[in-house]
Amino acid sequence: MQVTEYKPKIVAFCCNWCSYAGADLAGNNRLAYPAEVKIIRVPCSCRVNPMFILRAFQRGADGVIICGCHPGDCHYTSGNYYTRRRMALLFSMLNYLGIEKERTRVEWVSAAEGAKFAATMNDFVQTVAALGENKRLEDLRCKL
Amino acid sequence: MQRIGVFVCWCGSNIAGTVDVEAVSEALKKEPGVVFSTNYQYMCSQAGQDIIKNAIAEHKLSGIVVCSCSPRMHETTFRKTAAAAGLNPYMVEIANIREQCSWVHKDKLTGTEKAIILGRTAIAKVNLNAPLTPGESPVTKRALVIGGGIAGIQTALDIADAGFEVDIVEKQPTIGGKMAQLDKTFPTLDCAACILTPKMVDVAQHEKIRIFSYSEVESVSGFVGNFTVNIKKKARYVKEDVCTGCGLCTEKCPQKNVPNEFNLGMDNRRAIYIPFAQAVPKVATIDPRYCTMLKTGKCGVCSKVCTAGAIDYKAKDEYIEEKYGAIVVATGYNPISMEKFDEFAYSQSKDVITSLEFERLTNAAGPTAGVLLRPSDHKHPKTIVFVQCVGSRCSGAEKGKEYCSKICCMYTAKHAMLTRDKYPDTDVYVFYIDVRTPGKAFDEFYRRAVEEYGVHYIKGMVGKVSPQGDKLMVQASDLLANKQLHIEADLVVLAAAIEPDASARPLATMLTASMDTNDFFTEAHPKLRPVESPTAGVFLSGTCQGPKDIPETVSQAGAAAAKVIGLLAKDKLTGNPCVAHSNELMCNGCSSCERVCPYGAITYEDKEFRMPDRTTRMRRVAKVNEAVCQGCGACTVACPSGAMDLKGFASAQIMAEVDAICK
Ligand SMILES: Cc1cc2nc3c(=O)[nH]c(=O)nc-3n(C[C@H](O)[C@H](O)[C@H](O)COP(=O)(O)OP(=O)(O)OC[C@H]3O[C@@H](n4cnc5c(N)ncnc54)[C@H](O)[C@@H]3O)c2cc1C
Ligand code: SF4
Ligand code: SF4
Repeated sequence: MQVTEYKPKIVAFCCNWCSYAGADLAGNNRLAYPAEVKIIRVPCSCRVNPMFILRAFQRGADGVIICGCHPGDCHYTSGNYYTRRRMALLFSMLNYLGIEKERTRVEWVSAAEGAKFAATMNDFVQTVAALGENKRLEDLRCKL
Repeated sequence: MQRIGVFVCWCGSNIAGTVDVEAVSEALKKEPGVVFSTNYQYMCSQAGQDIIKNAIAEHKLSGIVVCSCSPRMHETTFRKTAAAAGLNPYMVEIANIREQCSWVHKDKLTGTEKAIILGRTAIAKVNLNAPLTPGESPVTKRALVIGGGIAGIQTALDIADAGFEVDIVEKQPTIGGKMAQLDKTFPTLDCAACILTPKMVDVAQHEKIRIFSYSEVESVSGFVGNFTVNIKKKARYVKEDVCTGCGLCTEKCPQKNVPNEFNLGMDNRRAIYIPFAQAVPKVATIDPRYCTMLKTGKCGVCSKVCTAGAIDYKAKDEYIEEKYGAIVVATGYNPISMEKFDEFAYSQSKDVITSLEFERLTNAAGPTAGVLLRPSDHKHPKTIVFVQCVGSRCSGAEKGKEYCSKICCMYTAKHAMLTRDKYPDTDVYVFYIDVRTPGKAFDEFYRRAVEEYGVHYIKGMVGKVSPQGDKLMVQASDLLANKQLHIEADLVVLAAAIEPDASARPLATMLTASMDTNDFFTEAHPKLRPVESPTAGVFLSGTCQGPKDIPETVSQAGAAAAKVIGLLAKDKLTGNPCVAHSNELMCNGCSSCERVCPYGAITYEDKEFRMPDRTTRMRRVAKVNEAVCQGCGACTVACPSGAMDLKGFASAQIMAEVDAICK
């Protein structure tokens, strides 16, 4: 019997200045991470509206990760602090709704941290894969 | 509906090696809106760009997606290509199928699958793109420098030498700042006045520079290229253009007991005064707190002796409004108050002084004409104890500062060395936590103090200074010898930490420039944009940004000037079109967006709206200043009514991307 490996759907929001560049550096250095990760470029992690994350889960994403500059290094000085506070609230609310904490993450990745980017993605995909598919918020009407 | 063209790049074998480019361009043909799709070896090459240009013309494309390397690499290239073919450059999206696909995945099937999804995502976004045009605004070709210390002086001179007008606003009656009070300067020991005063004269004589001394900034409005600043010229009761600076009045004024701030209160001046001989502008000023004429209407001596007729007891504060393209903050620093450090007995003994007071005591133009004498009894001190780090590097303490003031190790070495040089019979002790001397020729300088001049450097802190008779008993620990020391000193000199000027905080609020917790101005980027504030058009020069010595201050001042010149050289500023925009119909004027904007880009205006019943109503709505907005998007998330959106990264676009990924 052939077992098809379960492949989670991961949406990664990366800020233009640090994390997106970090992802590019992972590419330059050919540091592999699972293809399940698809990146959306945003100017700053603080552009990520909780609505986008809810939308992703509604459309069947299994995990959502937001990457931004390290605290103190934000291109816009304070954007990542907003992200940190907003996401802490959102994630605990999602947890309450049954979306496990492990499916959501905020990570600081600088433009110099290609290796950290790849390692973070490897770890995140593994963690999410271990939880299995996310059915909690998925709106099947969207699939019609 | 858009007419989208898709261009898949092979990047030689960089992409084509792990991604089946043919399959990708075929698959993407089926996506909504796509009317043309192709692939080519090198899209960024001339030939590749020609393919794009021709396709735009031939298929009347309204948007394009290039599946290639990172947008950080070639987004600009492809935007230019589009523009050359008459397409709005912001109708271009890049799917990053190299750095984020072919280079990180090894299996061709996986790579191809992911590339298709990334292409699909970019197409979903482009479907919602709208042409964007960067806003343009004119530039007022004049700069304002706030603060006339060495930082402000150097910045003003550099800007003026490039041919632009500069105004300096200095709150004191003269420019010069702290450097004018110093005696000799490390590491070369040239005298501060000899190198500073010629620069002050250059400023005074420069046809492009105006000095507003004894003046302060009252209010600032506008944005980069177009600031309007209100300057308050405090009444000095002396007509600046008439006073010749002869100084006769300052000798005849009967009010003799005014503490002289230039000598840090160690001697007195008159109620009418010129701070020092080389002051610029060299004009007298009446101190209204002490002048009997101004207080009681009786006296008028200065007006009688002034042959030029410059005295004007009826003068009032004047307000001047001026436009500027750029503003440089150069408000400098002050030594902290010694109030909270009474273990060193600063308030109990005149012979416990700060290092800046020591500078005045050794300065030929100071209260003792440069002879080192104890302030209490005017005797030569035989034993001097220098205490470093007073109020610096105080971790977690409620008194003092956590940071290192950076200059104290060097000026203490200077003071110790100069003392031993002039008075070899004096015993000099320096107590330190660490001696920090990074900098060109700095460590050599410190070692000379120890090795050539025999200064006793002792690692350890001074615990207490107690005045006993005419002596100061110094209790300290010697950490290396692990013992307690008791030194009978004649003079104790405290290297007080330095902090930003108290006026910096209100000024920062006026400029919407950000500050750190210590009230130093923050830079736009600590490494890459060190002389710009995050607020466009506001620049930082000198110690207002962090502790610095003179060489560093001057280099930073020049760097700030270069940035200002770069700005003023432009006739028009082209903005970034990816800025926030609020939908007036949805906005409820709640201010949530204004509070999160790090640049102060959001203001409010009252607008008239037609109600369904045909009446009109005034409502307060948010308005984004496109020239100031940097496009971070913080406000879009803060907005509770969904009125605020970001052009180029609109909520609908990002959600379309999310949908395309999760399909
Ligand atoms: C005891 C001592 C010894 C030193 N010795 C040396 C040395 O030997 N070598 C060396 O390299 N460095 C030395 N330094 C450091 C040196 O003094 C500074 O690096 C330098 O003065 C910094 O210049 P600045 O223009 O940034 O600041 P400042 O000299 O403080 O100038 C700031 C100016 O802005 C004005 N201002 C402030 N706020 C406002 C406002 N709101 N509106 C208008 N005007 C305003 C102030 O009145 C002042 O004129 C020493 C410092 C101390 C304390
Ligand atoms: S996008 Fe950022 S910079 Fe622009 S108005 Fe909103 S918060 Fe301010
Ligand atoms: S946050 Fe939204 S509703 Fe509130 S003022 Fe700003 S744009 Fe208007």
